[in-house]
Amino acid sequence: MAIKFRTKNVEVSYSDKKAIKDISLNIKKNTITALIGPSGCGKSTFLRCLNRMNDVIENCSIKGSVLLDEQDIYGPDVDPVELRARVGMVFQKANPFPKSIFDNIAYGPRIHGLASSDNELKDIVHNSLEKAGLIDEVKDRLNDQATGLSGGQQQRICIARAIAVSPEVILMDEPCSALDPIATAKIEELMNEISETYTIIIVTHSMQQAARVSKKTAFFHLGDLIEYNDTDKIFTQPENEKTQDYITGRFG
Amino acid sequence: MPNLPMSLVFFMLIGTSLFFYFYSKNNILKKAAFVGQRSKALPSHYGQQSFLWAFIPSTIILLFLTVGGPNYIDQLFYDKIQESNPKLNQSFVSLILAKVINVSNGKIATDDEKILTLASDYKAAIDQLYFYRGLVVILCAALVGMFVSSLQSPRANARENVEKFIINIFFVSAVIAIFTTVAIILSLLFEALRFFSLYNFFDFLFGLHWAPNVAIRSDQVAAAGSFGMIPVLVGTLLISFIAMCVAIPIGLFSAIYLAEFASPRTRDFVKPTLEILAGIPTVVYGYFAALTAAPFFREIGFSLGLDVSSESALAAGAVMGIMIIPFISSLSDDVIRAVPQSLRDGSMGLGATKAETIYNVVLPAAIPGLVGAVLLAVSRAIGETMIVVMAAGLSASLTVNPLDSVTTVTVQIVSLLTGDTEFDDIKTLSAFGLGLALFFFTLLLNIFALSISRRLAERYD
Repeated sequence: MAIKFRTKNVEVSYSDKKAIKDISLNIKKNTITALIGPSGCGKSTFLRCLNRMNDVIENCSIKGSVLLDEQDIYGPDVDPVELRARVGMVFQKANPFPKSIFDNIAYGPRIHGLASSDNELKDIVHNSLEKAGLIDEVKDRLNDQATGLSGGQQQRICIARAIAVSPEVILMDEPCSALDPIATAKIEELMNEISETYTIIIVTHSMQQAARVSKKTAFFHLGDLIEYNDTDKIFTQPENEKTQDYITGRFG
Repeated sequence: MPNLPMSLVFFMLIGTSLFFYFYSKNNILKKAAFVGQRSKALPSHYGQQSFLWAFIPSTIILLFLTVGGPNYIDQLFYDKIQESNPKLNQSFVSLILAKVINVSNGKIATDDEKILTLASDYKAAIDQLYFYRGLVVILCAALVGMFVSSLQSPRANARENVEKFIINIFFVSAVIAIFTTVAIILSLLFEALRFFSLYNFFDFLFGLHWAPNVAIRSDQVAAAGSFGMIPVLVGTLLISFIAMCVAIPIGLFSAIYLAEFASPRTRDFVKPTLEILAGIPTVVYGYFAALTAAPFFREIGFSLGLDVSSESALAAGAVMGIMIIPFISSLSDDVIRAVPQSLRDGSMGLGATKAETIYNVVLPAAIPGLVGAVLLAVSRAIGETMIVVMAAGLSASLTVNPLDSVTTVTVQIVSLLTGDTEFDDIKTLSAFGLGLALFFFTLLLNIFALSISRRLAERYD
C-alpha cells in the first residue's frame, strides 16, 4: 500500500532539550496508525511535526525530513497554512469555537473558499456532520452554540470540522482522553468508518484503544521510537523488551 | 490624667488581642489534654476566635468614641456658652465655640479670661474623654477576650465560628460600599431637586441654551440665567467621541500586537511603557493639550485655511484619547490573552492563517471583555475634567464642529462650584442638576454596554 508520510531522522528540541530523537517512520495511506507510549515520550511532539503545529511554539527547532506524498513539508516553498488544510488535527480537549454548530463546521470551508454558494456550504456542513455521525443529534439545532453540547458531541464536532476541509490526513491527539466509554466507542466507530478515505494518526494513552482501532502501532519511549509494527504483532509478540513491559503494564 | 492618644490605644488593643490569640491557643491544648481528646479545630482557630472577638467589637467602640465623643463635648460647651449669654444668636455661639477649641489646641492665643477658662475646661474634658476611651476599649477587649477564651471547649468547633465571623466582616464591607453609593446618589438627588424646584425640569433637559450668568450675590445686577443642558451634553459627547476615535483603534491594535505578535521581550518592554501613560496626572495631560496639541492643531488648521479656535474640542479630545489608550490596550491585552490557546490551535489546525484566527476566533471570543475595556475608557472620558478645562474652554456653544471651543458637563460643574458662591443660589444648584444628568447618562451607558456584551458573549470553557 502507498506510503503517505515518510519521516527520516526527525529530531525536535525545545530550547536545548531534545523532545524526540532520530525518528524514522513510514505511515501508510488510508489506515489508522496509533502512537503509544508513556507521558512525555514525545508522541504528541511527533504528531505535531506532521502538520507543522510546532511552528507556533517558540524556541522549537526541527531537524530531519518529513515527506508527505514524497514532498518535504519543511521545504522552503511549502506554506504551512496549505499544509494544515491537507493534514487536519483534532486535539485532546474538545475545542469547538464559541460559535454556532453550523459556523463551527463551516469555519474551514469558509476560510479556504471551498464553497461557491450558500447551498454548497450547507451541503458540506451536512455531509461532514453525517460522516461524523452527528447529523441526527444536531440537525434541528444547527444554530445553537456548539459549546452547549456534551463533551463527546463537542469532540465529534471537532472531527466533523476537520473533515469539512476534506483533508488527506487527520491527526488525533488523545481525542478520547476526556470522554466516557460510550462517547469513546462512538468516536472509535467513526474513525473506523472514515479510515477508508482518510489517513488517520492517533496518539493515545489507552492501549486497548490502540489495539481496537489501529492497523499499525508505534511505541515511543523517552523520545525514541522503540518499535513500529502491525498492531497485532505489537500486542501479541512484541520484539522489544520495553514494549513488552509497557503493554503488560509493568511501567508507564 | 495620663494622655492616651488614638494610636497608643490602638496598639494596646492589638497587643491585648494578640495576647488572647496565644493564650487561647495554649489553653485549648491544655483543655484538650485534660479531656483526653483532640480539639475539633486546630489550636490556631481557637486563637483566631479569641483574637477576632477581642479586637473587632473594641475597635468599633474605639471608632464610635473617637467620632462621637468630641461632638458630644462640643454640644455640651455650645449649650454652656449659650446659657451664659442667652442673647447671642446661633452663629456667634458657634464662633465663640470655635475660638475656645482653637485656644485649647494652642492654635491661637487670647487674653480673654472667659475664653481661657472655657478653653482649659474644654481641654480637660477632651483629655478625660480620651482617657476613658482608652480605658473602656482596653477593658472591653480584655473582658470579651477572657470571656470567649474561657468558654472555648475542645468539643466546640472554633473554625466554623471564625469562618462565620469573617464572612460577616465581608458582608458588612459590601453593605458599607452599597450604603455609601446610595448616600452619594441621595445627596445628589436632593440638591438636584432643590434646583428643579427653581428651574423647570424639561427646560433643563431639553434647553438649547446654557448661560448660567445670574447674579451670584444679592447686590449684583445680571441677566436671568438660562440652564438648558443640551449644549454642555453635546460638548461632552463630542469630546468623548473624539477621544474614543483616537483611543479605540490605537488601544485595540496595540493590544492585538502585544497579545498575538510581540515576542515576550518586546512585550515586557512595551506593556509597562504603555502603562506609564496611565500614571501621568491629568493636569499634565491638560497642559500638554493646551500648550502643545492645541497650537499644533491650530497651525495645521491655518495652513489648510481652516479657522481653528485656540481652545478646540479636537485638541482636548485627542489628548484625552492618548490618556485613555493604556486603559484599552492593557485591559484588552489581558482579555485577548485569556482566550484559551486551544481555540487558536483548533483554528490553526484547520489551516487558518494567524490573521484569520485572530479575526474569526480570538476577537469574537474576547468581545465581552473588549466591550468592558472600551466602556471603562468611555466613562473615564466622560468624567475627565482637567484636560477639558485647560484645552477646550468654557464657552457652552451648541456645536459639533471639533474645531470650535466647547465645554463639558464636568467642566461646568467645576466652574459653577468654585469661587464666590452661595449654596442656595440657582447657579450653584444647577451644578447638581448637571451632576444628576451625568450620573444617569453614564448609568444608561453602562446598562447599554452590558446588554451588548451579553448579547455578543460567545462562551468558551
